[in-house]
Amino acid sequence: MSLHARRRRAAVQWPTLGWLTVVWVLLWGEVSVGNVLAGLLVALAVSVATPLPPIAAGGRVRPVACARLVGRFAVDVVVASFQVGVQAFRPRPPQSAVIGVRLRSSSDLYLTLTAELCSLVPGSVVVEAHRLTGTLYLHVLDVDGPEGIEAARRRVLEQEERVLRAFASDAQLAAAGLGAPRPSAPVTPEVHA
Amino acid sequence: MGVVSWSAVADVLAALCLLGGALLAFAAGVGVVRFPDLLARMHSATKPQVLGLVLVLIGLALRLRSGPALWMLVLVAVFQMLTSPVAAHMVGRAGYRTGKVRQELLVVDELTADQDAARRAAGLDADGDPHGAHRS
Repeated sequence: MSLHARRRRAAVQWPTLGWLTVVWVLLWGEVSVGNVLAGLLVALAVSVATPLPPIAAGGRVRPVACARLVGRFAVDVVVASFQVGVQAFRPRPPQSAVIGVRLRSSSDLYLTLTAELCSLVPGSVVVEAHRLTGTLYLHVLDVDGPEGIEAARRRVLEQEERVLRAFASDAQLAAAGLGAPRPSAPVTPEVHA
Repeated sequence: MGVVSWSAVADVLAALCLLGGALLAFAAGVGVVRFPDLLARMHSATKPQVLGLVLVLIGLALRLRSGPALWMLVLVAVFQMLTSPVAAHMVGRAGYRTGKVRQELLVVDELTADQDAARRAAGLDADGDPHGAHRS
């Protein structure tokens, strides 16, 4: 994968066109021929004026793993929101840490997805992403000593595993050392934080 | 149950969601004031939107009960979720690169450690290249 993918000439990206058109129609609030046509025109203008490199995914979507990713994310957001909210009222200032976590997959797409999801869960935020080594540096609010730091590290890796299991191809999963999709009865003991 | 009582139920749920969202936003404001440094404040400044704003939007959707408004609210939530991590990342990164991070408040700082290691590997001492180190 080239480091300067954006210098490549961008072909028309149909998914981008579709998404921009949908946003346009949603903004206008009603589906009509005129709205869809105007949306297509605007989408075309936007994607020609500001081309983006294509996303090299090459994965496949697994519905069950996707549901697990979304469900666990929703639970995490709710729980962590209240933790951070309570933290704001505690007299003691939070003990923070900046940790580096080396992800197992080297793909830009999964690095980005993992970083986004980790940032959206309150209590951890990505301050630096090192693309060449696939390392995320996160600021973690309120850690409890070494175990807390290890738990934060494990949470990031579990987040990545859920992302990979939801979207990566079998080959990408194997390359990340995760092997075949999770069997229905877990063979390896799993840690649930 | 008639139509009226269903809308009453929706109104009560809407009120609860709006109150919950407002409470989270308040906690975020308190956090911004009380947290000791840039990175900790950033959590408060960027995060409660995720749940707080989603709760407020759900409350609005339950109260307004109209199609076009609902889709607009969905768009707001989607773009909030897409942009807020990027904003937080940019603030954190800028803070790091301009030396606004208070090391003494961190239990562990692996980013600075790794940056120092990389600098040593490149043959510079810890504060080598004083003109370019914090600017590039």
